[in-house]
Amino acid sequence: MGKRIGAQTVEIESKPRIIGTYNIVGPKEGQGPLKEYFDDILEDDLNGAESFEKAETSLLYTAISESIKKAKLKEVDINYLLAGDLLNQLSSSCFAARDLNIPFIGLYGACSTMAESLSVGSMIMEGGLANYVVAATSSHFSSAERQFRLPLEMGSQRAPTAQWTVTGAGAMVLGRKGNLPYITHVTTGKVKDYGIIDVNNMGVAMAPAAVDTIKQHFMDTGRKPSDYDMIATGDLGVIGREFTEKLLLEYKYDMKGHYMDCGEKIFDPLKQGTNAGGSGCGCSAVVATGYLLKNMLKGKFKRILLVSTGALLSSTSSLQGETIPGIAHAVSIEFGGE
Amino acid sequence: MAFVVGGIICVIGQILMDTTKLTPARILVVFVTAGVILGACGIYDVIIKYGKAGGTIPLPGFGYSLAKSVMKEVDEFGLIGAFTGGIKGTAGGITAAIFFGYIMALIFNPKTKE
Repeated sequence: MGKRIGAQTVEIESKPRIIGTYNIVGPKEGQGPLKEYFDDILEDDLNGAESFEKAETSLLYTAISESIKKAKLKEVDINYLLAGDLLNQLSSSCFAARDLNIPFIGLYGACSTMAESLSVGSMIMEGGLANYVVAATSSHFSSAERQFRLPLEMGSQRAPTAQWTVTGAGAMVLGRKGNLPYITHVTTGKVKDYGIIDVNNMGVAMAPAAVDTIKQHFMDTGRKPSDYDMIATGDLGVIGREFTEKLLLEYKYDMKGHYMDCGEKIFDPLKQGTNAGGSGCGCSAVVATGYLLKNMLKGKFKRILLVSTGALLSSTSSLQGETIPGIAHAVSIEFGGE
Repeated sequence: MAFVVGGIICVIGQILMDTTKLTPARILVVFVTAGVILGACGIYDVIIKYGKAGGTIPLPGFGYSLAKSVMKEVDEFGLIGAFTGGIKGTAGGITAAIFFGYIMALIFNPKTKE
């Protein structure tokens, strides 16, 4: 049975394995520096659907069903589907789950959903309540623009500092057996709000949450940055990543050489015009199921910490002048270390 | 000249978008309101005299028409013209915006930005 260590971390003793993963991305992500790590790259980001929202649903459905196939399982074998996205009422996840024969729990953690669903999935596995769990999430540039900024039909200009929502979906199947990457620790973050109002500056709004969770993870586990081959925050972007590194150094944690940000890594800002970098639930999902886990299987990384970060604003709250609360959840994954 | 005057107005808008946190909707309101004020003071008449369509087509031109139509209507019908004049004078522009907006929405679908 797992146990609590420190204030916010649980040790997952049963080591649930990540037995199947799948990711699917849009054309822009497919031209980025991480293209070789994606399982499927769309040529048209509508994916044959009538609307961007339907397209996002189809991406999530594909990621989930293909990850189950990769784990050599059937839908009926899966005990829980844990999924979330950025749209109102989690519509992409609910509509994808409508076509799946799996008990479904919807999770909202904004862009932290990959680590959040993986955390909750690991806890369910640790409790012995499931044999197989799927954790999945998605985002789509054009549906997110409508949800949080302005509909594309308006044809308005984007602010130069705005991050670029990743079009993509990623899914992971957790199981009990196999010589595969496994989850060892889960650190659940607290909501942190340092009073940032600018919705085009979300990396900086989320950075304090990332710092808090990473710091707490080190305090709870007694680990330090050099114990990890890679610590990956979700979507802080260039500015947020630099800010996080600086703040952690103030707490005497030197992240140099052990730290990356999925949002910064997924696009080439100069060639692709993405400014601060990528964002969205799909960002850390496709980088985790792609670059991070595939490099673990190759033996390049033995121990990683996935820290997905979320900005918990709504389009109503920002119009009412509310500040942007941030959250970050951390999941420690190991493979072939011992 | 029309190109230069219209261009300057648009450049002001672009500078506001790039350097301030004003949303496009707010800039729109600022431009129309500025047109109303400049029109009421008579300054915009000078801009239109030299700029012609370069002054009337951008957003402040709409504000200018609002102001001028109200002034004309008040002269003719008294204070009630402050309520009726603006929409009467700009009816053509408003109807055209709705009509062509609808047609465009029927013909085209939005595409993801590159």
